[in-house]
Amino acid sequence: MALAALKTQLKNFVQSMFDEGVLDSQFSQIQALQDASNPNFVEEVITLFCNDAERIITELNKYLGYQNVDFGKLDSYVHQLKGSSSSIGAHRLKLACVNLRQASDDRSKDGCLRALNSITREYCLLCSKFQTLIQLERNIIALERNH
Amino acid sequence: MPAEERMSGSNGEDGNKDLFPVGMRVLAVDDDPICLKVLENLLRKCQYHVTTTNQAMKALNMLRENKNKYDLVISDVNMPDMDGFKLLELVGLEMDLPVIMLSAHSDTKLVMKGITHGAVDYLLKPVRMEELKNIWQHVVRKKKPDSKDQIKSQNQDKVWAGTGEAGQTSTSSSDQKVNKKRKDQSEDEEEDGEDDEHENDDPSTQKKARVVWSVDLHRKFVQAVNQLGPDKAVPKKILDLMDVEGLTRENVASHLQKYRLYLKRLHSVASQQANMVAALGSKDPYNLHMGSLDGFGDFRTLTGPGRLSSASLSSYQPSGMFGRLNSSASLSLRGISSGVVQQGHSQTLNNSINGLVKIQPSVLPTTQNQNGTLFQGIPTSIELNQLSQNKPTNHFGEFNRVNGPNVFGVATKFPDARVMVGGSSNSLSTASGNPLLLQANTQQTQSNGVFGNRSSLPLASLNQDSFDVGVRGSNFLDHGRCSDNWQGAVQLSNFPSSSLSTSEAFSHEQLPPSNLHDNISWTSPQISNSPMDLSSSIANSTSLDDSRGDMPCQVGLNNNVLQQWGDRRHDYSGNANHSFNRVDSLVSASGAMMDQSNAISSKRTDVSLFRQLSGDAPYVVQHPDSEKSAFDTKFRSNEDYLFDQAKPQNCFSQNNFEPFEDLIGSMIKPEQNNETPLMDGEFGFESYPLGSCI
Repeated sequence: MALAALKTQLKNFVQSMFDEGVLDSQFSQIQALQDASNPNFVEEVITLFCNDAERIITELNKYLGYQNVDFGKLDSYVHQLKGSSSSIGAHRLKLACVNLRQASDDRSKDGCLRALNSITREYCLLCSKFQTLIQLERNIIALERNH
Repeated sequence: MPAEERMSGSNGEDGNKDLFPVGMRVLAVDDDPICLKVLENLLRKCQYHVTTTNQAMKALNMLRENKNKYDLVISDVNMPDMDGFKLLELVGLEMDLPVIMLSAHSDTKLVMKGITHGAVDYLLKPVRMEELKNIWQHVVRKKKPDSKDQIKSQNQDKVWAGTGEAGQTSTSSSDQKVNKKRKDQSEDEEEDGEDDEHENDDPSTQKKARVVWSVDLHRKFVQAVNQLGPDKAVPKKILDLMDVEGLTRENVASHLQKYRLYLKRLHSVASQQANMVAALGSKDPYNLHMGSLDGFGDFRTLTGPGRLSSASLSSYQPSGMFGRLNSSASLSLRGISSGVVQQGHSQTLNNSINGLVKIQPSVLPTTQNQNGTLFQGIPTSIELNQLSQNKPTNHFGEFNRVNGPNVFGVATKFPDARVMVGGSSNSLSTASGNPLLLQANTQQTQSNGVFGNRSSLPLASLNQDSFDVGVRGSNFLDHGRCSDNWQGAVQLSNFPSSSLSTSEAFSHEQLPPSNLHDNISWTSPQISNSPMDLSSSIANSTSLDDSRGDMPCQVGLNNNVLQQWGDRRHDYSGNANHSFNRVDSLVSASGAMMDQSNAISSKRTDVSLFRQLSGDAPYVVQHPDSEKSAFDTKFRSNEDYLFDQAKPQNCFSQNNFEPFEDLIGSMIKPEQNNETPLMDGEFGFESYPLGSCI
């Protein structure tokens, strides 16, 4: 009972993230990869992603803090964040990365800063939602084990 | 299920046969942990047997350890330690494994680059299960030709084009004779790049019947062509001469076409540069060989991705021809590149460099930079490679395009050479080949010498024992070149003579010392001038010491070198000076080594030094100042040569060291003085070799 309710809650929650564009269908692929042999996969990937994204965002802030921005470096970091975002289905974060890349291509420091702000915002939003999601996952797994 | 797959490592083959694609062994490479994890699990879900690594170098090492352990490689494009394209190329050259590229970048140029470098597919992130479910087809396609007749299928031409595509795409027009008869083929070739795309799109059949122009096969081909004479060689006669079962006239025709394209390209380059042309004209056979070599280099590099087998490469080396050198892959390529440089003096070299650059994108902008990139590529491939590359780069700096493909080939090939070359006999053969080269050198002097040297060097890398011989030979040649170059910078008269002597006899000792001395006198003042270098040199010297220690272990050294290169690439600051210093330190160390150690030990040390030098070269490349970098590369190469000489010649070693230092100093000076002066010096160097040759 509780399990079914939790699952429904999770499903609805993920759906809401889809609806908001926070996630895209790639996340469904991630979810589909979670099975008996890989029961914590979603959480593992999310944790991995959040840590890595945070690291990259820190780097981005660092590089954009310099007087002379190394756009090449910036670009490589953004590229990586974009890759991991897209791999996990973080749609809006990915879009923000694209914006930063564009600004980097344009050699616009202001544009980069704006894009980085938006990346940070999206990241925080995503992570908070992911935390909720992980909590639901954990609860479900715990209940499943008890059954 | 997944557990079973994980356990199935050695049983993968059986699984393939029985339940394919279940259990297909996939190596996934991505530096991004999230992507890698997702990819890994997606692949597992597809019931493949997945191995992952987050470093391209690790992947390469794993593949080198046992290429039969994997059926397919999936690699990210953007990786810090090695460009995905580089990995792709190396994998293509060393093992005939299908490689799928992966990137978040959907830029058409990037995709095209992946395809032209031999990727069987190019997937965009995020990767989806639907795509991965189908990747096994690439394995099937790749394997079929092996099990059955490679030659029989109708797709041969296309296949061939696919193999040679990288090189050929660059070439403009093909031999008209062939084209007349086989328009279809020429079209196929022109569409090489597209071919691969087609493969991706409809992978069903195109690769099935590929004629794999292995090194051995190619060597036979070149021999036949040379026997007939390049102008009289027609597919039918070549086919008869080659006497290879299963090979059809069409196969030969299309290969000949490509071969001729390469030759033409070479000639066109030469025509652009009067010096080049003259040199070629004087030595018909040599020229032809050179062209063939260059072409081969291109082919191989291009084709390399997958088709060249290490074994085949080794076979090539034995053959004395330039073509052989090329076939020997990295070695020959190097030699070619160097030769090209000498001949072309000017811009062709740059092209070659550019090719290298492709491998390693960072350095592209300037020719000098390109050289540096080349060096970088070399380091990854192998120590010897590095050495040879350095040499070529020196000369090449100016030659861009022609050499470019060669350079690429070399870099990629180098790894193979390492693996394959092993045989001392090869080195011997190369040595014998060198004399020929030397003769050619007398005519063309330096360029030939370079070839010889390079060839020898690769061998050396392959076999440590052989190394000594090869290195020495190379050193001599290098020395001559180096000295010439230096002289060119400083005094033309001295160098030419020395270079000539070197070319005449393989004996390194005679010529090199003189050159070195000259160099020393030159450089010493210069050295004093650059304090900066000294500091850097200290750090370098330590590194050199390390390298020496590493010397015994080639693999370890290589890795170190590679890593260093990678680091250096990132470091743009006054690396050139550092590198020079390093060279000096290396020299001194080597000198000590030389004295103590026997020829072999000295050789080994030389190798290490070379490696180090090569490593330095990358630094140079990285330098923002293209001119400086160019100088550095030259210097480095020179230094390398000197080192080599010194080692072989125990007595000389000390002297050599001084010269090296001097050289370094001189190098430093130019840098310090002005970029432009340095540039002039470079040009002078190049011109000198030519002049000496003439």
